[in-house]
This record gives sequence, C-alpha cells and structure tokens, in this order.
Amino acid sequence: MSPLAAFDAQTFVDAVGLGAVYALMAVGIGLVFGVLRLVNFAYGQLVMVGAYTLAFTASWPVAASIAACFVVVVALSMLMDRVVFRPLRGQSPAVMLVTTFAIAFMLQALALMVDIRDDTIGEIATSIASFNQATTVAGVDVRKITIAAVIVAAVTLGLLALLLARTTIGLHMRAAAADFETARLLGVRANRVIGFAVFLSGLLAATVAVILTVQFPFVGPDFALRETIVVLVGVVVGGIDRLWTATLGGFAIGFATGVINGVLPTDKTVFLPSAVFALVILVLLLRPAGLFAWGRLAAAERV
Amino acid sequence: MRRLGAFVQFAVPAVLVIAVGIGSTFASSANEIYFLDALIAVAMVVAIYVFVGNSGVLSFGQVSFVAVGAFAAGVMTIPLESKTGVLPQLFPVLRDHTIGNAASLLLAAAVGGVFALLIGLPLMRLSGLAAGIATFAVLEITHNLLREWTKIGPGATTLSLVPETTGAFQATVGALIAIGVAFAYQRSRFGRLLRATREDPAAARGVGVSVHRQRLWAFTVSGALAGLAGGLLVHELGSITTEQVYLELTFLTLAMLVVGGVSSLWGAVLGALAVSGLNSFLIEAEEGVAAVDLPSGSRLILLGAIMALVLILRPSGITGGREFSLRGLR
Repeated sequence: MSPLAAFDAQTFVDAVGLGAVYALMAVGIGLVFGVLRLVNFAYGQLVMVGAYTLAFTASWPVAASIAACFVVVVALSMLMDRVVFRPLRGQSPAVMLVTTFAIAFMLQALALMVDIRDDTIGEIATSIASFNQATTVAGVDVRKITIAAVIVAAVTLGLLALLLARTTIGLHMRAAAADFETARLLGVRANRVIGFAVFLSGLLAATVAVILTVQFPFVGPDFALRETIVVLVGVVVGGIDRLWTATLGGFAIGFATGVINGVLPTDKTVFLPSAVFALVILVLLLRPAGLFAWGRLAAAERV
Repeated sequence: MRRLGAFVQFAVPAVLVIAVGIGSTFASSANEIYFLDALIAVAMVVAIYVFVGNSGVLSFGQVSFVAVGAFAAGVMTIPLESKTGVLPQLFPVLRDHTIGNAASLLLAAAVGGVFALLIGLPLMRLSGLAAGIATFAVLEITHNLLREWTKIGPGATTLSLVPETTGAFQATVGALIAIGVAFAYQRSRFGRLLRATREDPAAARGVGVSVHRQRLWAFTVSGALAGLAGGLLVHELGSITTEQVYLELTFLTLAMLVVGGVSSLWGAVLGALAVSGLNSFLIEAEEGVAAVDLPSGSRLILLGAIMALVLILRPSGITGGREFSLRGLR
C-alpha cells in the first residue's frame, strides 16, 4: 500500500486533533514570550503537574478533579512568574532559558520523588480516561476527546483573539509585545500585563493537561516533555515574534506529526526525525524569522 | 603587569584542574570517578564556551560533537578479536581496523572538528533563537543517526568493551588541552574579532569583520574540543549509549557554563567544577555517606533548585562572566 493511500479521513482527523493541542501549547509559550522575551522551557512541567493533579484526584468527581487541575496549574504558573521570571526580567535570553531548564529539571525530580512513594513510576488518571472513547462519524472513528480538543482550541483561540483585539488589557499586551519600554512610558503597567499573560498561559497549560491526560492517562515525570520540545521547535519555525505565527507553527508541527505517524508504517520511520529536523534547519536558514513571518522582519536574524 | 594578568587568566584555571587531577589519585577507587567526571566536564564545558561564550550565540548542538567523538573513539578502539562479534554490521573499514588510545583521541577531535565545520558552514548564518533551534535540530539528527545506523556504530545498543584508558593523567591532560586551546583562541586575532561581533555585531561588521567566518572558526575549534572530550568520556566509562550524550548532557553542560558565567574561560572551568562537585556531594549525601543525609531522590531537586537560585541571584554567573584576576582578590 502506498503511503498516500493510508492518508485518509482517519489520519486527517487525528492530525487535526494533535495540531489543536500543540497550537494551544504554542499560544501559552508565545503569550509569555511576547511580554517577557522568555522562552519558558518549564511550560511542559506545568502540564505535567496538571496531569499529576488529575491522577491524584482520580477518586473525586470529574468536574472537581478538573477544577483542581486548573487551580494548581494556574497557581504554579503565577508562582513561577513571581519567584523566577520577575528577578530575571531584562536578562539575556540564554540565562532565562537555562533558568527555566533548571526549574523544569527540578519539577521533574520533584514529581519523581512524589510519584515513587508507591514504588512504581507513573500514575494512572482513571476518572477522566472515559472521554477517550470513540464514536463513529461518517465511517471515521473519532475519539470524543479529539472533537473536544478541536472545539476547545477553536473557542480558546477565538476568545483570545477577541481579548487581544477588543479589551484594554489586550491592547496593553499587544503594546507590550511590540515594544515594552515604550509601552511602559505610555502608562502600561508591566506587572499587570505580565501577570495576566502568565495567568492566561497557565489556563492554557491546564487545558492542555486535561486533553493530554485523557489521551495518555499514564502520567509520569516526563509527561509532556517531548511535546514541549516539539512545540518549541514549531513555535520558532513558525515565527516566535508574533503570537499568530507562533500558533500556526505549533499547529503545523502537530498536524505534520499526526499525518506522518498515520501514514508511515513504524519500520519506515527510523530516520524520520533526521528528515524532519533537516527540514527544520532548511526552513530556519531560508526564513530565520519564521516560516509564516512575512515582511521586513524576515531577513533580520541572518548574518 | 598586563602580561602577568594574562598569565594568571590561564594559570589559575590550569592549576585548579591539576589540583583536581592530583586529588583524584588520593581518593578511594570508589570516589575517583567523581574527580574524573569533573575533569571531563571541564573539557566539555570549555569546548562549549569556545563557541557560545565568545560568540554570544546559544547552541544546543555542541553535545553532538561530544557524541560523534565518543563513538568514533569507542568504535575504533574495541579490540579486533571482539569487534566482529559485537558489531558485525559495521562498514568493513571500521570493522577491520583498530587504533591506539592516543590516536583515537586525535581521531575524536578531528571527527568533531570536521563535523562542526560542515554543519557550521550553513548554520553560522543564524543568530538568536533561530540558531538555538537549528543547533538543537543538529543534536536530534546526530542522535537519530547514531541510534539507528548500525553500519557506523552500535545503534540503540550499548557500545562496550572500550579500553578504559582515561585515568587521572589522561583526564587532567585532556582538560588542560581544552583550557590551553580555549585560552590561545580567545587571545588570538580570531578570538578578539569574534568577541567584537558579540559586543556589537553592526559595529564589527562596519569595520570589516566577517561575522559568519569568525563564528565558523570558533564553531570548528569548539567541535574539535568537544570531540576530544567525547573521546575522553568513552575511555573513562568503557561503555556508552547514545542516550548518555543527548538531552540531559546538553542541559547539564549548558547549565554548568551559565552557572559559572558564560563569557569567561574562568567561568566555564569554575562552573563545571562547582556543579560536578555539588552533584558528587549530593550523590554521597543521598547514600548517607557524607555528613548530611538526604532522602533519596532529593539530589536532582536540590541540584535544579541551586542552579536556578544562582541564576536568579547572580544572572551573569558565579564569576560574573569575568576572567580570573589578581585585582579581584585585593
């Protein structure tokens, strides 16, 4: 069977579902980057902590469990901003990135320590796993969570667009992302804007945690780590300087991963990462400011 | 006086490394590994510093050169009689030849340098986050090829039976070579031109410095030193898998560099020694051997927390990114 024949509606649906989740993560990373110029590598650990919260509250009613996940993740996100990001404001990107590595490392180690009290690595989030069942729509098996993921992503992105375009805080955030110093001179309050971006980014991480935990109920310390790395690549390839190009980059890499996984048999995919990352390098060389970033920014980053 | 200042910048890190090397000969055989690890960490972090510190461009790819160095040196030193048995799928030229310890280290440096040069040719046009992600892509590709291509190495299995020749002497000499090359490079015309591009790319270009060429030089030197460090590593461990020269090592070595202070050789050396030392101490403490007894699993939490704390309190690293100077002591 040729690979193309395997590209059917099923693959398409799964790829869109994955792209939607990656897009949500991309927005979460892009929002914070916009106001702080900080690439938060520890973003995946926010999702991981959310997943653990879901696993540990598995005996609670589903709504309460999800609420707990949101509370914990948003609180941790705000705490990270207060304790880590704020003292680092204005530092070089390398220092900020490596500090978030250290935080990610620490949170992962913490999760491992909490996790292995029962002598097994990993917990199973049983209560919300039922959302993973499939229904059949026009001959295609669609898992309920895929539908939910796509709807949640679309609604969230729509609301965010409205927020950024129509509200004062949204205007402030856009101004801060464009030129933080000038925005401050014109009366934008830095802590408020950054705090709000971090809050939204925490909400998104919690949403992603719920969706991913439904799909992969087995939660371990490296939960969402691989996804974060892939999304970061997607965000930079798409263009991290603008929220929409970053989001599109996240969606694109998620969609591409989904299509490739669906189309190629596993024994043909051993060198696939090399091919994908070679493509990433090629895109960066041709369009260093991002695949979707058009205009004068495009050539700025190349020497 | 200025010449003395320059001498001190090289001598103090070198003496520190020699002291660690001598220290290892006094340590028990169980503890010797900590000293050797620290010396090899110095070699790796100094290699990364040559590029990242002098150019100001973040690279997540330098551990790729450690990896190719380690596997080149490892594959080529496995005794002939066992090689056909353990690595039957190798290219005949790799399978039917074996070289000595010193030659394998030279080979590791050469392979690392050539690989870096080839990759750097296109990649050194990038700056900022694009450079970071592109070099990360190099790490992914290298890992993927080493893991899957059984004609050049062991693939996903462990490469074992490598002679364990890296003792205190070889590790110390290796670290000293890295420091010496890094020092000579940063004092050279090329090093100064590259540092000029780091401070102000536009001005440097304005006076005729080719940013691309200078970065490429540093990337190649860095790749060769990283390859050498990989050779030292494989001869220390005797066996290695691709996972040991991948993400975790990348994060750890970068953290060492940033904790020490990215923009100085002294920072690279001190960061590598401080973080390795702390790590060794915490391992002992977890096992209840040291004066403090820690619950198991707390080592990595503390290590992460301390690294984050250093960066939050002192974002330019322990050394503040400055070279060692006698003036600082007065």
